[in-house]
Amino acid sequence: MTNTIQDTVTVADTVHKSEGGSGWILHHVLDSHKIDFTPFGSINLPHLSLFGLDISITKHIFFSWIVALLLIVLLVIVAKSYKKSLIPKGITNLFEIIIIFVRDEIVKPTIGKGYEYFLPFHLTIFFFVLLSNLFGLIPYSTTVTSNIAVTAALAGISFVAIQFAGIRSNGFFGYFKGLIPSGMPALLLIIIIPLEILGLFTKPFALCIRLFANMIAGHVVILSLIGLIFIFKAFVYVVAPVAVGFALFIYLLEILVALIQAYIFTMLTALFIGMAVHQEH
Amino acid sequence: MLTGLNLSILIFAFEGGGTIIDVNPGVIFWTIVTFVILMFILKKVAWKPILTALDQRESSIRESLEKAENAKEEAEKILLKNQEMLSKADEESKKLVNKSRKYADGLKEQMLKESKEQAQKIVNDATLEIERQREAAFEELKSQVAEIAVQAAEKILRKNLNMETQKKIADNFINEITKN
Repeated sequence: MTNTIQDTVTVADTVHKSEGGSGWILHHVLDSHKIDFTPFGSINLPHLSLFGLDISITKHIFFSWIVALLLIVLLVIVAKSYKKSLIPKGITNLFEIIIIFVRDEIVKPTIGKGYEYFLPFHLTIFFFVLLSNLFGLIPYSTTVTSNIAVTAALAGISFVAIQFAGIRSNGFFGYFKGLIPSGMPALLLIIIIPLEILGLFTKPFALCIRLFANMIAGHVVILSLIGLIFIFKAFVYVVAPVAVGFALFIYLLEILVALIQAYIFTMLTALFIGMAVHQEH
Repeated sequence: MLTGLNLSILIFAFEGGGTIIDVNPGVIFWTIVTFVILMFILKKVAWKPILTALDQRESSIRESLEKAENAKEEAEKILLKNQEMLSKADEESKKLVNKSRKYADGLKEQMLKESKEQAQKIVNDATLEIERQREAAFEELKSQVAEIAVQAAEKILRKNLNMETQKKIADNFINEITKN
């Protein structure tokens, strides 16, 4: 019953917005409770709730599961290929390059000794973010990481990982004591302590916003460029090639951005973990 | 018309409900669940075997390189040893040749000396023998000459000795004795 009501609302919205509003862009970018396969119809996703919390499966959650499944399948294939022989072959080569890059260029130099413990976490973050970013470039798919809730969750995981790493290597009190630079006058502590506590949260907050903004921006730009064609209906033969050309350029740029953002997210997480592990005293 | 490009509308106004900065707690929940499960599954089925395989390969490469390096060092050592041995053998043989040459030289000299001595001795012996023979011959000749002289004297004396002459000789003899 609620589904039908919502559907009619959405359809009405879409019709309303197609008249020149910006809603249709949001419609493509925002999370929703159905997977749209226009013009082949759509699949409605189930509504769930747990202890009063709405945990309905949304489009972004559904695609994050697809990303996760694809990752498991691909990486199991890679892992199996190593059992046959240690010489990489086929897709193993590609994955090996990325894995070695994450290990030798991101995690090893930032965390240093004992980096092996954090390697699975960083590899998972990198591959999950990378594949999520790249998934947005597939038609009918969606960018999981352009949902601020998803990036907030990832940043939250980073936050927990950073605090855990710091406490693990410095001890609970040692870690929080190490946050404050030594030799501070007592008066300055009044300013420093709130600043440092704020600093703990700004780091993952920046991670969250950076990834979200970067991933949504490209899509909004592409959709806006395509939208130009419909706005300038009268000059469609002039505007269409230009708009499509620019959209294509942005699309290619998105591939680069997808790689860079996955790298930055992992790199900064590793950096913060490294800073938490090796505190300056 | 251009409201479609107005970003403020993107963020703050959407009649369909929600904006792009709406944080849906359900999505956060599911993302954390998905990520944590994904991490543990991947850790088990992928990262562990892959990272061990990479480590294994790296260590095997390192070992092979070390082995090759060791083998090279070993070969160089053997080569050096061989060269040393060769030069030693060369020296040894040179020494041996020198020694034998010296020995031969010594032997030669000694033999020469000995043979010279021998010859000298033979010559000496021969000279002595000749001398002895000569002396013997001289002695014999001497005795023979004396005998012949005595015989000749006897013959002469038998012919010329008379009383008068005998007396003269005896007198002379007596005179000489008294003078002394």
